[in-house]
Order: sequence, then structure tokens, then C-alpha cells
Amino acid sequence: MDLVTPGLGLIVWTTLVFLILVFLLGKFAWKPILNAVHAREEAIDQALKQAEAARAEMGKLQASNEQLLKQAREEREAIVKEGRAMRDAMIAEAKDAASAEAAKILESARTQIHQEKMAAVTELKNQVAQLAIDMAEKVLRAELAQPEVAKANVERDIKDLNLN
Amino acid sequence: MIMHHIADSHGWHILDWNGHAVSIPLPVILWTSNGLVVFSSAEFHHDIEGHHVVEAGGLQFVNKHEKIYYAGTEDKPIDLSITKNVFALLVGAVVILLIFFSAARYYAKNTNAAPRGLAGFVEPLILFVRDDIARGAIPEKHLNRFVPYLLTLFFFIWVNNLLGLVPFFPGGANLTGNIAVTLVLAAFTLIITNVNGTKDYWMHIVWMPGVPTALKPILALIELIGVLTKPFSLMIRLFANITAGHILVLSLVSLIFIFESVWISPGSIILTLFISTLELLVAALQAYVFTMLTAMSFGAAVEEHHHDDHAHAEGHH
Repeated sequence: MDLVTPGLGLIVWTTLVFLILVFLLGKFAWKPILNAVHAREEAIDQALKQAEAARAEMGKLQASNEQLLKQAREEREAIVKEGRAMRDAMIAEAKDAASAEAAKILESARTQIHQEKMAAVTELKNQVAQLAIDMAEKVLRAELAQPEVAKANVERDIKDLNLN
Repeated sequence: MIMHHIADSHGWHILDWNGHAVSIPLPVILWTSNGLVVFSSAEFHHDIEGHHVVEAGGLQFVNKHEKIYYAGTEDKPIDLSITKNVFALLVGAVVILLIFFSAARYYAKNTNAAPRGLAGFVEPLILFVRDDIARGAIPEKHLNRFVPYLLTLFFFIWVNNLLGLVPFFPGGANLTGNIAVTLVLAAFTLIITNVNGTKDYWMHIVWMPGVPTALKPILALIELIGVLTKPFSLMIRLFANITAGHILVLSLVSLIFIFESVWISPGSIILTLFISTLELLVAALQAYVFTMLTAMSFGAAVEEHHHDDHAHAEGHH
């Protein structure tokens, strides 16, 4: 029975010591320790969240990078295409212009040749006429110098004329 | 011998040497009809049969089975002596303060650092009490209010349980196996629970909602008894477990002397070792159980019941 009869002295001392412990530990141990642990937990939590946000940001950046790259590629293709078209157009234009010019040059050459030819023909005609006149003059002169020859000739011509 | 160990004493008996008891004298503090009287327990000269009379403060005292009487009478002064258990209590308190103050110093020095050394050892335990014992039982809103008390309670019981298992001075006192100590701890649980009891808590005790009116007074009676039996069971559980452990270990050691044979000692030692190891587990387990049930009691006191929960709550009671 002694065993289960609480002694008053021990009750008083236990109460006293336990209350002091509750007070001292609460004030100087649990409070700083729990606060520190809590602060650390918060810090870790925050760091994790930040890392997550950074990762998301990085992903977003990567996506936008890809978008940019794609856009750049498309733009390049468009530029190349445009350049090619422009080049083709320029070549065609140049060809057209060149052929037109050639035709024009040809035409003018032809005209000139024709003119030259006509001039030459006229010149030739004139010279032939002159030559003929000169020849005729010479012949006439010779015939007139020898009256019997001229007389014979005229007679023959008259004969011819008569034959006609 | 076992009963002497299990009970409290005014001196700390360490060993017998050449037929003389060697013990550490502890102060005897008495509140008598003449006021406060203090003398050393050594003045009883190890007499606990009430033969040796000590004169102090103009009064005469005898020690009968570790109870101080006025000599020649059956009257007792109020005994506030630093007995073996009180001394062990103080040692335990100093150990606890040393451990946790130095741990707290680490946290003051190292903000946001990983816990190392002593802090690394106690932090998992502190977090265990906070997260596994308190958080499961007490609503988050009230958690911070009770955690410091629960921590003190847990480490007080655990450290003193462990010191009780140390077989030599200054350990080995059966402190947490003393009913006075467990009574005080259980009383604190009872007081804190009921001081913090919300209106809801009291309603569930005296006028249980959701139950036929005829049953309400009967339930109120049961619940009111329950208010007392819960801490009472706490008191008995801790006392019985620790005392049983001490009795077991001592009995096994005593086998050697009962059989008066050295040859029995190997078996005795192996069994003692086994039980002592088991007691290490029990020391932690009982601290856990006591703290856990206290936390649940606090949780029940501050819990806010929603009316949807009543069907569930009834099923639970």
C-alpha cells in the first residue's frame, strides 16, 4: 500500500521542479529551437518555390527561344525566296531590254545599209551615165573626125531604121 | 531490498562495505509544529526502525521505514526532505536543462544551418513530438500553444526513465515509477485540458448533442467520470510500467543472491541485459504514450465540432 500512496514531499518537489522546467525550457529552449526550425523550414520552402519558378521561367525562355528561332528561319526563307524572285525578274527584264535594244540596233543598221546602198546605186548610176556620155562623146568625136566612117555609119543606121 | 529500492528513502544508499552501509546523506527538511527544521539524514545512522532518535529544532524525530515521526508518537511532521527521488529529480532537471540549453545555443549561433552535434540529435526528437505526437492530435490553430509543454513533458519523462535505468549513482532512482511523480504529471494534464476546454468540449461532456434526451444524464455521468479516469490511467500506466521494469531487473539480479551461487550469474546477467534493453524501449515508449495521450486530451479540449461530424463523433465515443 505504501507503494501506491503518493508522498506529499515528492509531490511538492515534482510540481515545483516540473513547473520550473516548463518555464525555463519554454522560454530558453523550445522557443528559440522551434522558431529556428520554423524559420529554416520556411527558408527551405521558399528556396524550393524559387527554384520551381526559375525552372518554369527557364522553360518559358526556352520555348520563346525556339519560337524566335522558328520565326527567324521563316523570315530567312522568305527573304531568300524574295531575292530569288527579284533576281529572276531582273534577269528577265534585262533580257527583254537587251533584245529590244538589239532589235533597234539591227533596224537602224538595216535602214542605214539601205540608205547607203541607195546612195551607192545612185552614185553608180550617175557614173555609168557619165561614162556613157563620155564614151558617146568620144565615139562621136572619132566618127566626126573620119567623115566617111560617120557617113557609112549613118547610112547603115538609116538602113537599119528603114528595116525597122 | 527490492521494495526499499522501489520506494523513496532519505539517504542514497550506494553499497555495503564490511558490514557498513555506505550512502550519501541527503537533507531532511521538516515542517514541524516549531516551524522549519533541517538536518542531515546521516544523523539517523541508517536506522529505519525508529530506534535512533534525532534531536533538531528542539524536537525529537525517528525514522520508521523512511517515514519521519515525532519520537514516541504516531504523529508526523510535513516531510519536504530532499529524498533520493527528489535528488534524482533535480539531477534529471539539470541534465535536461544542460542538453536543451546547449542545443538552443547552437540554433542561436547558426541560423538556417543544418543541425549538427547535439542539435542534430535532439532536433529529430523535437520534430517527432511536434509533428507526430502534437500535430496529429491538436488542431493546427492551437498547436503552437501546446507544443512547448508537450516537449517538456516528453523529455522530462524520457530522460528520467533513462536515468532510472542507470544502475549506479546518480541514476537508478525509481523516480518516474513513483506514484507521486506520475500523479503530478497526470494532474497537469487534467488541469490544462479542462482549463482549455471550449464550450463545445463541455457541451459534449454534460449535455451530449445528437443523443436522445433520456440518455443525456447517463452519458454526462459517464463523461464526467471519464474526465478523471483518463489522467488516472495515465498516472497508473507510467507508474506501473516503470516500477515493474525496476522490480524485474532487481529480481533477476537478486537471483544470484537467492541461489547463493556464482553459477547462476551468467543466466541472470543475460536475462538482466535482455530486460534492461527492453526497459530502454519501454522508457521511450511510455514517454511517447504519456505525451501522446496528453496531446489527444488537449486536442479534444480545444477541438471545434461541426454538426456534420456528430454522427462520426458518436461512433467514435
